[in-house]
Amino acid sequence: MTLSLEQVEHIAELAKLALSDEEKALYREQLSSILDYAERIQQIDTDDISPTATVLPVHTVLREDVSRPGAPREKLLENAAVQEDGMYRVDTILE
Amino acid sequence: MINLTDLTIKDAQSLLQAGEITSVDLTQAYLDRIAGIDDTLQAFLTVTADQALAQAQQADQRLAKGEHNPLLGVPLAYKDVLCTKGIQTTCGSKILEGYRPPYSARAIENLDAAGAVMLGKTNCDEFAMGSSTENSAYQVTHNPWDIERVPGGSSGGSAAAVAGRLAPGALGTDTGGSIRQPASLCGCVGLKPSYGRVSRYGLVAYASSLDQIGPFARTVEDVALILNVITGYDPQDSTSMNLPVPDYTAALTPDLKGVRVGVPKEYFIEGMQPAVEKIVRAAIDQMVALGAEVKEISLPHTDMALPVYYLIAPAEASANLARFEGQRYGPRISAGSMWDTYKQTRGEGFGPEVKRRIMLGTYALSTGYYDAYYLKAQKVRTLIKQDYDRAFEEVDVIACPVSPTTAFKIGERVDDPLQMYLSDVLSLAVNLAGICGISVPCGFDADDLPVGLQLLGPAFGEETILHTAYAYEQSTDWHTRVPEL
Repeated sequence: MTLSLEQVEHIAELAKLALSDEEKALYREQLSSILDYAERIQQIDTDDISPTATVLPVHTVLREDVSRPGAPREKLLENAAVQEDGMYRVDTILE
Repeated sequence: MINLTDLTIKDAQSLLQAGEITSVDLTQAYLDRIAGIDDTLQAFLTVTADQALAQAQQADQRLAKGEHNPLLGVPLAYKDVLCTKGIQTTCGSKILEGYRPPYSARAIENLDAAGAVMLGKTNCDEFAMGSSTENSAYQVTHNPWDIERVPGGSSGGSAAAVAGRLAPGALGTDTGGSIRQPASLCGCVGLKPSYGRVSRYGLVAYASSLDQIGPFARTVEDVALILNVITGYDPQDSTSMNLPVPDYTAALTPDLKGVRVGVPKEYFIEGMQPAVEKIVRAAIDQMVALGAEVKEISLPHTDMALPVYYLIAPAEASANLARFEGQRYGPRISAGSMWDTYKQTRGEGFGPEVKRRIMLGTYALSTGYYDAYYLKAQKVRTLIKQDYDRAFEEVDVIACPVSPTTAFKIGERVDDPLQMYLSDVLSLAVNLAGICGISVPCGFDADDLPVGLQLLGPAFGEETILHTAYAYEQSTDWHTRVPEL
């Protein structure tokens, strides 16, 4: 199979990745060849097989609903690219 | 005068406990060796010299008070995907340049409490995605046995540091072979614990259903000593299992009488270097000489592990790496609106392999392809796991190579992602099944490059693989060879 350029652009949009034209061409070729290779799993009959999402015999793990202190705000904000008045400063979300 | 950086953890600990050396001496010896040799190896991204000496002083005070603890005062190196409080943690990526986590990974907290000394953070493939450590955004790490070759990956910095005697032990992470493969290519011991054995709290996630933290060292016993400290239940990781933690060193006995070893015929594949097969088969003969019963077994879905892994791991990665958008950590490239800023920051902050896997995973999860790729891969994963379940009904341990080749040349595989992915063809299935595995040195090829023997055990069967690896190691001298640097 070969992905179209439009498919590559659609995936990049979903993944929120700005790609150059060279990158789009390269990933189109490389992803197509990797997906071709991955096609071999279709040969396997999995009609009565359940999927494995985790190998562990646990499902929903609950803990006591007890409050405890979170990480200090100043410490977390120290890593932000831009902070203001004790908050993350982000770019325009709504015009 | 003993050379401090030649000591195993076990031997260093005896001398520390006896007061014949101090942790400051030992730590300084490693810092000096790093200063002298790491320009060549490039194993470390960050060396925390001042903090290391301060930790060593505290360890010496605890030793002086008579405290006994196998890792007290022992220097270690940590892969840079593990959070270290206040110390830059980059995951080998530009997108986390400058990030100083407000907390440490649980495994590292446990080592801190045991009195281990952090020498620094080691290089790795960006977000642990790779098999050669060439995908680091910062530097290329060199194999101590031949500096024109890769150390393997993704924990290549940790493996090179241990093999090059820049640290007596280290932590790595293994999602598809990232501890075992570099241990094999660098000639040291590396153990991937069973999924759920070690808390993943503070490990920056790549593929959450596959990732595990594990130890590197020069001997099996040293690996067991580190495993003793990092293993156990952690309420902060709901996938860590609440099971008793044994003393793993208690399992280390020198004969293999009655141990049933399975050799999977599917693991000796076309394209494998003949020297690798010969050396691994000789190691299996040696296990027979030690009393093991060896039989051929079959793991029929082995050839499905690679395609299944490269659908499931990128799918999980595409979700995990959505958090990197330049708002809460890392550099931001502003482009006006929020979405454009996200795209620019991610487009420039991630390297080529990470973007490739995010794209692949996004596609595998997208509308119209989910059933054919992701769900199908999860079903085949079940069959891969069932192969091992059946095998472990008739054998205790599985023995095979880790990697089809010895260390390859730097640059040799970077332009062909599929070729690079094939480096992991013998290690990926272990993570998909959640079982445990170890690589132990078992010989050298004609170019003096090391080969690792991979021993696999069932989930939570670490004692069995440690015992088998120890008995084999103690009957050979491969682990005592030192690269010339």
